[in-house]
Amino acid sequence: MSETYASYALVVIYSAMAVYVLAFVFFTLDLAKRSAESPRAVAGSATARESAAAVAASEAGTAASPVGRGGVGTLERESGPAAESGSGGRRMERIAFALTALAWVLHVAGAVLRGLADGHVPWSNMFEFSLVSSGIVVGVFLFLQFWQNLRFLGTYIAGFALIVLGVGTVNFYVPVTPLPPALQSYWLVIHVFVATLGTAFFGVGAGLSIVQLLQTRREADGLARLNFLGTMPTAERLENLAYRVIVVGFVFWTFTLIAGSIWAERAWGRYWGWDTKEVWTFIIWVLFAGYIHARATRGWRGTRSAWLALIGFGAVAFNYTIVNLFFKGLHVYSGL
Amino acid sequence: MEGSGPTPPADPAITQPKLGFVGMLRFFWRQLTSMRTAIVLLLLLAVAAVPGSMWPQRSSDPNGVIQFFANNPTLAPVLDRIQLFDVYTSAWFSAIYILLFISLIGCVLPRTMHHLRALRTKPPRTPARLERLAAFRTVTVDPSELAAGADAAAAIEAARTQLRASGYRVAVFQGAKDLSVSAERGYLRETGNLVFHTALIGVLVAVGLGGGFGYTGQKVVVEGQSFVNVKGSYDSFTPGRFFTDSELQPYRLTLDTFTVTYEEQSIRAYGQPIDYNAKVTTWLPGGKGADATIKVNEPLEFGGTQLYLLGNGYAPTITVRDGKGNIAFTASVPFLPQDANLTSTGVVRAPDAVPEQLAFRGFFYPTAAQLPSGALTSIHPDLRNPVLTLFAYSGDLGLNSGVPQNVYALDPKGLTQIAGGDSGVAPLELRPGETVKLPNGLGSVTFDSASPNAAAGDWSNSVPRFVSLDVHHDPAQGWVLLFAVLAVLGLLSSLFIPRRRVWVKAVEQKNGSLRLEYAGLARGEDPGLDATVEAIATRHSSGLKA
Ligand code: HEM
Repeated sequence: MSETYASYALVVIYSAMAVYVLAFVFFTLDLAKRSAESPRAVAGSATARESAAAVAASEAGTAASPVGRGGVGTLERESGPAAESGSGGRRMERIAFALTALAWVLHVAGAVLRGLADGHVPWSNMFEFSLVSSGIVVGVFLFLQFWQNLRFLGTYIAGFALIVLGVGTVNFYVPVTPLPPALQSYWLVIHVFVATLGTAFFGVGAGLSIVQLLQTRREADGLARLNFLGTMPTAERLENLAYRVIVVGFVFWTFTLIAGSIWAERAWGRYWGWDTKEVWTFIIWVLFAGYIHARATRGWRGTRSAWLALIGFGAVAFNYTIVNLFFKGLHVYSGL
Repeated sequence: MEGSGPTPPADPAITQPKLGFVGMLRFFWRQLTSMRTAIVLLLLLAVAAVPGSMWPQRSSDPNGVIQFFANNPTLAPVLDRIQLFDVYTSAWFSAIYILLFISLIGCVLPRTMHHLRALRTKPPRTPARLERLAAFRTVTVDPSELAAGADAAAAIEAARTQLRASGYRVAVFQGAKDLSVSAERGYLRETGNLVFHTALIGVLVAVGLGGGFGYTGQKVVVEGQSFVNVKGSYDSFTPGRFFTDSELQPYRLTLDTFTVTYEEQSIRAYGQPIDYNAKVTTWLPGGKGADATIKVNEPLEFGGTQLYLLGNGYAPTITVRDGKGNIAFTASVPFLPQDANLTSTGVVRAPDAVPEQLAFRGFFYPTAAQLPSGALTSIHPDLRNPVLTLFAYSGDLGLNSGVPQNVYALDPKGLTQIAGGDSGVAPLELRPGETVKLPNGLGSVTFDSASPNAAAGDWSNSVPRFVSLDVHHDPAQGWVLLFAVLAVLGLLSSLFIPRRRVWVKAVEQKNGSLRLEYAGLARGEDPGLDATVEAIATRHSSGLKA
């Protein structure tokens, strides 16, 4: 029975990958189209900073800036980007987005089938972990659209999902195995799930930061080659979006750190022992704390903080790949 | 730079004023507690934590360190000099986090003072030109539309009540030609930030104190045997820096049964353990016995300690009779597992045997099978075909020399091998319940069965198991958790509670109409500001209309 589910799961996962490929192609076509149509529209929307700062300055010393920690009191207005030239014109993007949603439904179905085959939540080895984490990244991307239009990240997200899913399925596939006693805990469910959510938000944030860095270059010296950027939000707005996404990821990550300690306390008798994975969870947490501080510090905003966000996400990726595979520690996934 | 001395610079090229000692201190303090330093220290901390995941650490993997020294005899001492095997207690790692926390304290204290003051001060005076603010609305109400008695004073009073009810702190200001209310909310944002940072200090302090006053110890307990929580009964014991014996509660605990459930369905995982269950009886001093269980993810909380199930294995019961037929040794001897199928090794010493002292080194196979080479191996961790093989030695065991001996290892130097190896006699091979004679009339060995009355071929309870318990006492663990939870709550409120100011200004126009201005200002990112001002304006102005 469980074998049957597991093989269905694989079929569904391969179908999802096929649809992701299509979505990727359409997102890329959309980028090409953006390049072609890109007007100099971007200049028009670069009005985010309003004169509000002047008012703020006149009142510094009241509650607006605690002890003058540089830049804390920065005021900003959210201006609608309006940079999307003719929002009706993004047909490729709409197709690509619909395909992504379809692929995601398949993706989730694959994960659920795998979970049924396992008889427990499907995140206890590298294959399952790749499956679920890429699914959550795409899910977060899809649901963030209710909040903001971030579809311009589609190529990045679909590409990311494809790589993770592909490598996970091809290189790390393991048949269904029961959980060893150390992993039988609801803390495992919570800890890993929340860690994955955090990863997804960091991932989307990193995508925004990449576009932000490109956009900054373009705004500075007009990178003519990257014309499609003309249809995307300004660097400053991208930075704000990235910040808000990453901050949510940070909260999840903080929770991961705590839930992980509680689990470690239950399973190994100490809540913190500088095990390899604990070390990396800590490193990532500290890096993003640095990022948040950078965002509040004059001279560190903008490009520097964007690089920090990328370094942070780089550490996340390193943690899930190199550390999982090559570093010795207690967090050895079964069947790898 | 307020700390600068009055001395005029002697050299006009030196543009910076001389600081003096106090000024220098103040300068360093200011540098240390600046946000820039905090960022740099945070990034340094992240980088400094990396080596601990690349080299084995004495704290988490002492055997790995020994192994590394064996494999890299020249490199290892060099790395050891710079504390790369003790990264998290090293001078350089400690320096970074101590600086960071000093910086943190230096940052949090003044901000707390400032915040407490801000909590007691009125919202700031209304800016003269509200229309310059980011979120701005204006509504002009014609005299004909105005509700009876609605003038500027009434409008501002209504705005004041409305904003108060929405959780704003308010103050009314009388301008030259206008009346206004200034409102502010979201102090919880800064409160949360301070709680977060303070809680981090709390976590660090609690971790430090808990480690200092606590202890950890390991004890192997065989089924049917007891353990008493006093220092001497531990196999190994690690006290914290401030530990005193009064931290130990002298309770007693008996391991009644230990059962392991093995996977039987899945072929791939066949024989993999899926559940461990230790049933114990516990006694507090002077109290009655109480039943309890210990499982892998479910430690037992008892007597101020947590008891964890860390390892397990078999403890064959072995009886040695000497040449005169007297019992020289009888006990269940924990054998250390060597692989997943619990092929285990152990040592028995019988110093009381006469005429010669006896010792044995053996292998235990819970489910024995023969390899093509003829050697035995275990193919399943459960008791399906238990076999014990022993190499026997006679001679002086050297137990009187005072040198402590490892109970799990036997050094055959100076002993005569009488069975197994090069002795010319096959190793002793026993199943539960069997006895074999030793060569040369030196005695016999019995592998006692724990279930002598079981049906033939049912070995399932024939050999007792042992568990290895990890006992922890950390008096500050609850505090660590409390501060961690506070940190999360503080983080949530500091990141997601918007801090806003809102102003409502009423100007009575010459023509008798009332001009209402609404403006908002946020600290940090606040995408909802515009909508908030809009909502306030709509609600307030419609309340004034007849
Ligand atoms: C143990 C080291 C530290 C960690 C892990 C840490 C972490 C954080 C985090 C996660 C935030 C964002 C959440 C919030 O606003 O409460 C934050 C904000 C802040 N931290 Fe720290 N911090 C540390 C040390 C410091 C130090 C030493 C300073 C002072 C120089 C400082 C000053 C601030 C300030 C002013 C903010 C507010 C930034 C904003 O409004 O966006 N922090 N910190």
